[in-house]
Amino acid sequence: MIDPMAVAADVLVAAVGIATPLALAATGETIAERSGVVNLGVEGAMLFGALGGAIGATAVGPVVGLGIGVLAGVLVAALFAAVAIGAGADQIITGTAVTLVSVGLTGTIYRQFYGPAGVGLSLPTLSPLPLPILSDTPLIGSALFAQPVTTYAAAALIPLTWYLLFRTRFGLALRAVGEDPPAARAAGVSVRMVRTWAVLLGGACAGLAGATLVLAQVGTFTERMTAGRGFIAIAIVVLGRWNPVGAGLAALLFGLATALQFALQAAGLKVPYQFFLMFPYLLTLLALAGAVGRVKAPAALGRNEY
Amino acid sequence: MRSSIRALGTSLLALAVGLLLLAVGLHLAGYDAGAALAALWDGAFGSWRAFTGATLLRSVPLILIGLGFALALRGGALNIGAEGQFYAGAIAAAWVGVHAGGWAPWIALPSVALAGIVGGTMWMALPVVLKLRFGVLEVISTLLLNFVAEALVSWMVQGPMQEPSGIYPQSAPIVEAARLPMLPGTRLHLGFVAALIAASILTWIFARTWWGFRLRALGEGPRAAEVSGRVRGNRMIAVALLGSGALAGLAGAFEVSGVSYALYQNLSPGYGFTAIGVALLARLKPSAIVLTGIVFAALEAGAGAMQRDAGIPAVTVYVVEGVIILVLLLGDAAARRGLRRQVVATGAVDGIA
Repeated sequence: MIDPMAVAADVLVAAVGIATPLALAATGETIAERSGVVNLGVEGAMLFGALGGAIGATAVGPVVGLGIGVLAGVLVAALFAAVAIGAGADQIITGTAVTLVSVGLTGTIYRQFYGPAGVGLSLPTLSPLPLPILSDTPLIGSALFAQPVTTYAAAALIPLTWYLLFRTRFGLALRAVGEDPPAARAAGVSVRMVRTWAVLLGGACAGLAGATLVLAQVGTFTERMTAGRGFIAIAIVVLGRWNPVGAGLAALLFGLATALQFALQAAGLKVPYQFFLMFPYLLTLLALAGAVGRVKAPAALGRNEY
Repeated sequence: MRSSIRALGTSLLALAVGLLLLAVGLHLAGYDAGAALAALWDGAFGSWRAFTGATLLRSVPLILIGLGFALALRGGALNIGAEGQFYAGAIAAAWVGVHAGGWAPWIALPSVALAGIVGGTMWMALPVVLKLRFGVLEVISTLLLNFVAEALVSWMVQGPMQEPSGIYPQSAPIVEAARLPMLPGTRLHLGFVAALIAASILTWIFARTWWGFRLRALGEGPRAAEVSGRVRGNRMIAVALLGSGALAGLAGAFEVSGVSYALYQNLSPGYGFTAIGVALLARLKPSAIVLTGIVFAALEAGAGAMQRDAGIPAVTVYVVEGVIILVLLLGDAAARRGLRRQVVATGAVDGIA
């Protein structure tokens, strides 16, 4: 006998878990894109964050793993920034190359650390921190208020990023750089400096996202384990209309679409599981078609001439 | 002329830096770098068998997809979903190949290739519609469709197209008549010749046709091209992108009908992304893509040998590929900066290609 409430609660728990790393990475990428930079290296930064998280957790513990993951993400973002902003190279191609380098390096370093086979790596993970009283709320209690610390971090990061972008001088400069670099420059803002900071912040978020994936979700590291989540995060930024709150909601939608398969399987529906794998991507495409026309991207997005 | 020599110099520099970094990295990691590079060379060029059956064989998808990437980028569009179009082509080709019982080879072979082309083109149709009608960037839509294609292949080989015994996650083998013949004395299938022909055709289109010229104008400055009124931008971009998908789909078909003889998961070890490096290293020139396709294929073939003989993980080769692209980008940026200085100094620009 299946209790529908229990199934719904399980789906929500899974959805929030899946959404957390996506929301973290997408929030960071929102900062970068608002400054006019598309960083496809997010995938690479996440991958390095995941490896950093694994190494830190093996050496010391999961919390240190998160810190090392952030650091690794920043380093990957710095490589991207040096080529795409410092030298002014094409952002998309730079991002693809940075991701290629990251796939190769993480795979190689991982084998260096954990041996050639590298199977069965089991890491200490972050256990859920139930908030008193709130976590007893029916249906949504365990999904929202009994999650690992990284989910709360994501929940805090979203309003903080919103505040940074829309209520601070730095945010104003950052958005100006993303919309009209020459005007920003005329107003005395260093376009390169602002963009570099935005990309590094994005890298930190992506690194945290990767470490979250390892330490709060999977509990192990495998080669190419991010499996395109960094690219999904970029789609989520567009879906969230270049707003961190929107990105958070879009990540949740993606998480829900992915987690729905558990409910449908529990309901005994005989649908091949691959359709559930496709569903979130198709939904994202569909949503993009509906969303993009009505909102405008930062005007200088992806452009280097200024 | 001078700029094309400089471009060649940058390409060679990028290749050298990539390999040098590999050697230094391996040395620092405690490997015997000399032995590793020797294994890499042997695996790629060590024998006629290795050269044709490993290197040239792998170059076929890289050349075709690289040509497609160049075609789209000439028009200013980025197709980073070749992986998905490759799989769409492979599915269609395998389906035809399995059901081609009783066909003569001269019907079966073109049908399989055509199925691949149609599959790849159809897979690109959605991103084209999304771009032109809804303004969705092709970078994002083609990328997202990669994941859909991978899931689709996974379903196909475990569902509708699974081999009759239903044990293995693969399709039934394609019929003999649908298998590409080998070039005499090699394990290299006829698709290599087709890739060379495709490169020649694109060379001709880019260099000799009005369409190719306008596509390039569009890619270098969409606004300038539209303002001058001669270029119907949207339609050209659509054709270039669809052509790009068709070439990736053809690569998928050749992989099925020349190498695997069945549909598998993970048929592509990331050809769609490696081919980006192939096209860039060749400066989007079709004739040069043949060469750089072989170079990248040699790296990947050699990486397999390196793992086998020197115990070095084959994924290391992705670092080399990524570094090659990054050095190219940096070299070009430096060249642009030098050019700007020259313009300021002389007040005129001459010899820019």
